[in-house]
Formats: sequence, C-alpha cells, structure tokens
Amino acid sequence: MERLHFSWLQLGLLLPLLGAIWTRTRRDPIVARRHGLIVSGLTLGCMIGAWIDFRLIAAPEARDLWDPLSSLWGRELLAIDGLNAPLLAMGSLVYYLTILSTLRAKAGEFSISWTLLSESVLLATFAAATPWGVVTMMSLGALPPYAELLRRKRPSRVYLAHMGLFVVLLILGEYGVSRAGTHAEQALVPILLLTLATLLRSGVAPVHCWMTDLFEHATFGRALLFVTPMVGAYGVARLVLPIAPDWALEVISLMSLFTAIYAAGMALVQREARRFFCYLFLSHSSLVLVGIETATPIGLTGSLSLWLSASLSLTGFGLALRCVEARVGRSLMTEFQGLYEHIPMMAGLFLLAGLATIGFPGTAGFVGLELLVNAAARALPFVGISIVIVAALNGLAVIQAYFRIFAGPPRSSSIDLRIRPSERIAILIISALILGGGLYPRAGVRDRHEAAVRLLQARAGGEAPSPPEHQPIAKFTNAPGSP
Amino acid sequence: MIPLWIFDLLGLGTIGSPVLLLTVFGLSALAPWPLSERAMARWTAACVSSGLLSLSIIAAIMLATGLRHVPVEIGDWVSLPEEGFHFHLKFIFDPLSIPFAALTFVLAGTVGAFASRYLHREPGYGRFFVYFAVFLLGMIVAALAGTIETLFLGWELVGLSSALLVAFFHERPAPVFNAQRVWSVYRIADAAFMVAALTLHRVAGAGDFAILAGSDAWPLGQSPLTSAQALGVGLLLLIAASGKSALFPFSGWLPRAMEGPTPSSAVFYGALSVHLGAYLLLRVSPILELSTILCAAIVVVGLTSAVFGAIVGRTQTDVKSALAHASLTQVGLITAEIGLGLRYIPLIHMIGHASLRTLQLLRSPSLLHDYRMLENAIGTRLQHKDEWPTRWLSPASRRRLYRIGLNRGWLDETIDRFLSRPFARIFRWCDRMERRWTDLLAGRRSRESDQVVPASSLSEEP
Repeated sequence: MERLHFSWLQLGLLLPLLGAIWTRTRRDPIVARRHGLIVSGLTLGCMIGAWIDFRLIAAPEARDLWDPLSSLWGRELLAIDGLNAPLLAMGSLVYYLTILSTLRAKAGEFSISWTLLSESVLLATFAAATPWGVVTMMSLGALPPYAELLRRKRPSRVYLAHMGLFVVLLILGEYGVSRAGTHAEQALVPILLLTLATLLRSGVAPVHCWMTDLFEHATFGRALLFVTPMVGAYGVARLVLPIAPDWALEVISLMSLFTAIYAAGMALVQREARRFFCYLFLSHSSLVLVGIETATPIGLTGSLSLWLSASLSLTGFGLALRCVEARVGRSLMTEFQGLYEHIPMMAGLFLLAGLATIGFPGTAGFVGLELLVNAAARALPFVGISIVIVAALNGLAVIQAYFRIFAGPPRSSSIDLRIRPSERIAILIISALILGGGLYPRAGVRDRHEAAVRLLQARAGGEAPSPPEHQPIAKFTNAPGSP
Repeated sequence: MIPLWIFDLLGLGTIGSPVLLLTVFGLSALAPWPLSERAMARWTAACVSSGLLSLSIIAAIMLATGLRHVPVEIGDWVSLPEEGFHFHLKFIFDPLSIPFAALTFVLAGTVGAFASRYLHREPGYGRFFVYFAVFLLGMIVAALAGTIETLFLGWELVGLSSALLVAFFHERPAPVFNAQRVWSVYRIADAAFMVAALTLHRVAGAGDFAILAGSDAWPLGQSPLTSAQALGVGLLLLIAASGKSALFPFSGWLPRAMEGPTPSSAVFYGALSVHLGAYLLLRVSPILELSTILCAAIVVVGLTSAVFGAIVGRTQTDVKSALAHASLTQVGLITAEIGLGLRYIPLIHMIGHASLRTLQLLRSPSLLHDYRMLENAIGTRLQHKDEWPTRWLSPASRRRLYRIGLNRGWLDETIDRFLSRPFARIFRWCDRMERRWTDLLAGRRSRESDQVVPASSLSEEP
C-alpha cells in the first residue's frame, strides 16, 4: 500500500481526542468552545491535507507516512481511499461548522468535549482499514448521544433500544461474515444481520423512530452531528455492498425507496421544526441508500455525489434551523415566525441549502440527483419516477418551512436577533461550497465515479480497496457500459 | 462567411448579461453593504441592454446572411462518457428562440425600469431585484436552450423566482399561502418535465433538440421518435406546460399569483412566465406532430382553458385577477393553435399578447385614475354593453355560469378535497402511530415537541 507524505490520518484522529480531554478540563464553556474550534479547525486542515495528498499520489489506497498505531497493533488500522477521502474532509467540516455556529450563550448546553470525542470516533470510522475497525467505531459512535441524553436527564429508552439492537446485530453479523473464508461459504444470516444493522443505523422505516426521538431529546447540534455524516450509508458501502447478493440489494433498495417517500410525506405534516428536519434528512439519506444499492457505476456515482451534497446542504439547513432555535426556541411549522427582517442572511442560507437538498439546478445536489434518477430509471423506471416524486415532495416541504420560519409579521424581540460574525462565516463557507459544487461539478463527479467503479470492482472480485478480510462475490453484472 | 467565434462571443454576451446581473445582486445580498436602489436599477438596465444588444446583432447577422439556425456550444457541464451520461450545455439562435428571448429582454427591461420607481423605498426592494435577476436568467436560458436539460435548468429558475415573488409581501399570510400553492403546481410540472426529459434521453439517446426535433431549423425539423413514444413523452410535456402556463386543470394558481407586486405580476403572469409552457410546446413541436391523439389533447386542453378563463374572468372583482384570467384565455388559444399544427401564428400571438398584457398590468394600479380621465374627456360615464353570451343564455344558465366563475370552477377545492386532505390524513395517522410506538418504548410521553405552543396568532392550529 502507498504511503501519504505525512501522517495526516493519525494526527487528524489524535487532535480531537486530545482536544476532548483538554476542553474537558476547561471550566468556562466559552473558553472550551474557542479551544474546541481551534482543534476542530486543525482537524479539518489535516483531513483536507490527507485528501489532497491522496489525490497527489494517485494510488487506489494509501496509509500514513509514519504509522506507530499499526506497528503497535500489528496490522493496518487506518487507510484512505477514493470512498473515504472526501468523507473524512466532509465529516470534519460538519463538526467545524457546528462548533463555529454554536452561539456563546448556548456553549454551556452543548458539550464541546463530547463533540470532539465523537469527531474523533467518526473520523476513525471513516478511516478504519478493517471491517472490525468500522464495526467497533460505528458501535462506539452511538455513545456520545446516549451520554448526552443521560447527562441532560432526558428519556433515552427509545434510543438505547434501537442502538443496542444495532450494536448487537452489527457485531453478530460481522462475526458471522468474518468466520466464513470465501463468498461461497457466506451464510445468509450474517449478511442479513449486517444489513439489518446498517439499515437500523440509517433509520430506514420502520426502524427509524430512534432518529425522531433523538431529535426530540438531544441538543439539536448533537443530533445533527450524529446523523448528517450518514454513517449508516458508510456501513452499507463498506460492510454490506461487497458481500450482499443482488436480490438482497434490491430488497434494501425498495425499503430505502419506501422510506424516502414515507419520510417526504411525513415531513410535510410535521408541526415542529426539529421533527420536520429529521424526516427531511431521512428522506434524503434513504435516497443515498437507493443509489448505493443499485450497484451500478452510474447509480453509485450519483449516490456518492448525493451523499456529499446532502450531508453538506442538510448540515447547512440544520444549522440554520439551530440558529433560529437559539433565538426563538423550538419553532412550530404551523405558525409564521417572521424572522426574515432580523436574519435575512440566514434566510438565504436556509433557502439555498434547502434547494440544494432537493437537487435544484446550480446547487451541489443537482448532478447527484440527476445521476441517481438516471440510474434508477435505467434499472427500474418506476424507481426513477418515485425518486422524482420524492424530490417534488421534499421541494414542497423545504419551501413550506422557509415561509413558516422567515415569513410573517416581523417578530418583536427585546434582544438583538441579528446574525453573529461566526454564524456569518459558517453561512459563507456553506454557501460557497453549495454553489461551487453546483456550478463546477465535473471534478467532483469524476472523483466519485472513480470511487464507485472501485467499489464495484471490489464487489465483483477485482482489486478490493477495503475491507481486506471480506471475500467479495464473484458475480458483477453491472460492469461499466453494461445495460 | 461569418466566423463562428463571433456568434460564440455574441451568444455568450446574451447569456452572460443575466448571469452577471445575478452574480452582482447575489454577492451584494451576502455582503454587509448592499447596493443602493439606484445602483440596482442601473445594473439591471445595463445588463438587459447589453443582452438585448448582443441578441440583436446575432439576429441582424442571421437575417443578412440567411442563416436560420446558429448553435452556441458551451460544452459538457458534467460528462461520464463511459456511462452514457452527459449534461450538455448548448444554446440555439433560431426563428423561435430569438423573438422569445428578445421579448424577454424588452419586457424585463421595461418592467425593471417600472419597478425601480414603483418599489422605491419599499423594504424588499433589493430582494425583488435578486428574484428578478433569477427570473431573467431562467427565462433567457429557457428561451435559448438547445438541449432539454438546459431548458429544464431555466424552467426551474423561473419557477422558483415566481413562487418567491408571489410571497414578496411575506409579512401577510395570504401571499405566502398562495406562493405555496403556486410552488406546489410548479413542482408537479417540474416532475413531469423531468420524467419527460429522462424518457427522451432513453428513447433518443440524447437531449439535444437537433436530434429530438430534427436538425433542420425550427419549425421544419423531423423527430426520430415513433408515434407511441411521441404520445407518451408529449403527454408528460403537456402536463409540464399546463402547470407552468396555468392551463386547465392547473388554472387555480394563476389568480393567487397576483398577490405579488404589480411589476412581477406583469412580467410573470401577464407576459413571460405564463407563456413558457406554450413555448415549450412550440420547441418540441416536431415531436407533437407525430401523434394525432397528442395534438387533439393539446387542442382540448387549450380550448378548455380558454373557455374557463373567459367564464371566470368575467366574474372577478379586481383588475389583476380579471387580467390574469384574460391571459389564461389567450394562452389557451395559443395552446390550441399549437395543437392545430400552426407554428408562426402562435409565436406572433404570444408576442402580441405578452406586450399588451404587460401594458395593461402595469397600468392596473392607476386604472381608476385612467377611467376618471376617460370619463372627464368624454363628459359622461363609460357605458357597459351586454356581451353576446348574456343575450342568448337563459337566466338560469347565466346564474350557473356565474357560480362556476365566482368559485373559479372549484378547482382548488377539488384538489384539496381529493388530494391534499387525504394525503395529510394518511400521514397524520402514521404520525399518531409513531407517537404510540415511541410512547410505548419510552414508557412515558415521548414527544417534547408536543409541549411547544404557538407564539403568535398567525397559526394554523385551532
């Protein structure tokens, strides 16, 4: 395996880990937020550095220059490839933006220490070189929200029941898969367990209620950070896609499609903003799964593109909602908040991010959705039409939410509701990325296509980027160029 | 022989002007120091003028040289050749696109100049011009589009700016509810358009109008599609066009759209946006010609819309709604003309109607003043003569028609009753079931959001 020019991955994982310990010792939450922001910014720099470095060496897979962790453990623990390189940067960006847009008044409620810890776990999940590494980190990743629910004395049984089941299924599934030597020996049950685990983590209906419950009880920032990087989809791509038979993928695809439609409909009837956001997110993350499970180069390319754009734009959308909530409390979607006059820039971001999520032309989501619809229509026409319907329903939901939050008689307030400089910076970063990705999508799509082809090669028995232990299935019916 | 780069340069000038306008207004909206009213008006005038000038030079060269079809290739926006996926950006200048684009520039320039005075010191002045720039770009892209995907791009921009401008006075609930209604219909139209575009890509292997509608200059092209393919795709495009042009049965949104400021009503629903559906049908007319059933459907939709507009328009009590339905009548007739196989007549009809309606809508705020001037000039009250239907219809029939007109054909009520409410009922039931399930798992009331109470009187909740 090629080596990067620097130990970006380990440094990027170590920084938030040390930052979590450091900020834990800070008594003043405002100081902890400031230090956390610096750590998160450095982590983002490391992950962008890793991505650029990986592109420069032009290898299918690479690891750090100095790798003491692997030497200690006796096997490779971290690796970067076409799939996870942009996800690492995107994941760290989501954390950076969330900390950046956290108002100082809210710093006490939102634990920076736990945030940095969960960032480290998320990046380790994405960078894990082995399936067991992915499984371990995905399981550990479920802890920070649970800890927050306990700390805030909020109901946690729904979350615990679902995540407990997720961890059990994941471990049992991976244990069964790793015991089988080759694909021919793969039993159906372990694959099924792994599939169920990743679908549960993705919030596919009917096992999605943990997500709405988390949005009900956790802080908005914590819930946002737990869901927007779409770790469940990563589990599907890394653990399930290489070994699942075609029929299983089709079943998963149909379940995801049903979730996308169901969640789009549910988003339209929600009376409260957090729940609305949760369903909107579910609808989009399910579309990403639909694309992954088409197992065709174009579908997977669309899905991976949509993954990045939806993560980014839904983060922007969610952060805008969080900023609104920080000003006026939890918002109802049944009344007009009249916030446009106070925070027009936030209204602009909300609209732009919302439009990007529905694949509006000129935004980052457009090409991903086009590719996805195209691929789905090639596979099964009704799936393509269903995705178009989902996009239309989500479009209605986004505009409805925009009007409910920003339209109405200007809200009178005794405090200054105007946008803060840190929020302005976050808005500008997200807007630039959404528009930049939308106006110049070519490089991004090409990059995602390469990653998609490699994933499918791994599934077909070609050169497998990771996970190395899984013996891929031999059949590859959706080679590039095939119908 | 004119070098091709001259056309490329002028073509880019035509498209680039609205792009520049939107970029300037967009950046100024993000900047902490927004542009002044005067600067925005000047930028609008300059960009519209430069775009129109570039277009006029292209038209003049084409007329002088006898060229009837000038493509300007921008290239692939996204391309995955190994997967057969291309998003090709291409613009064409031909006897259809040039008049429509010129009409867009002229009317947008006129309305821009009008709006700079009409909205003077209005709090949403800057917002209006940002949406206006989005609309202008969308219209120009749609008018000059050489591929179906490029047309879709412009189509979406027009739809978004329309909905946002209907809700321009967003401090009141009515414009916002109406904007949502407009947006809902547009999303149906957009979905139909997208499926049609995908289908065309599948059956013809490309989205280029030179392939879909033949390589000859409009309207002489021959489509390679079969009759059945043309019928399927054409019906989807008819749904898209009906949504955008408020044709029957999607006419309910048109009077609602008049909640926006008068300049936007004029340019969107009197002049340009409302004709975009008809323009789409004209652009794909070589496909329509392949199916008699499709042509008949277009005629039926067009005539029904025209009759509906005429009936409803006569019962409206405000001038903008009356004008909106008058527009619908004319757009219906234009659509019927397209279905009957005419090509230049609907184009001329469209241009004439758009110009007249813009004038009428821009004059509508001072209608009473105009009436008073007329009455003062002639020295008596204006006389209202009975129109021909009222002479030969029985009183009962007239009452029935009046009721239909007054209730706008119950179109919105029908959609609400058979679509919106059942949809909401089903998903609210699902929501209740989810609540029961999470309550059961949590062993207590699981939703904190139930405790959030409305803060204002402008709430949908009882």
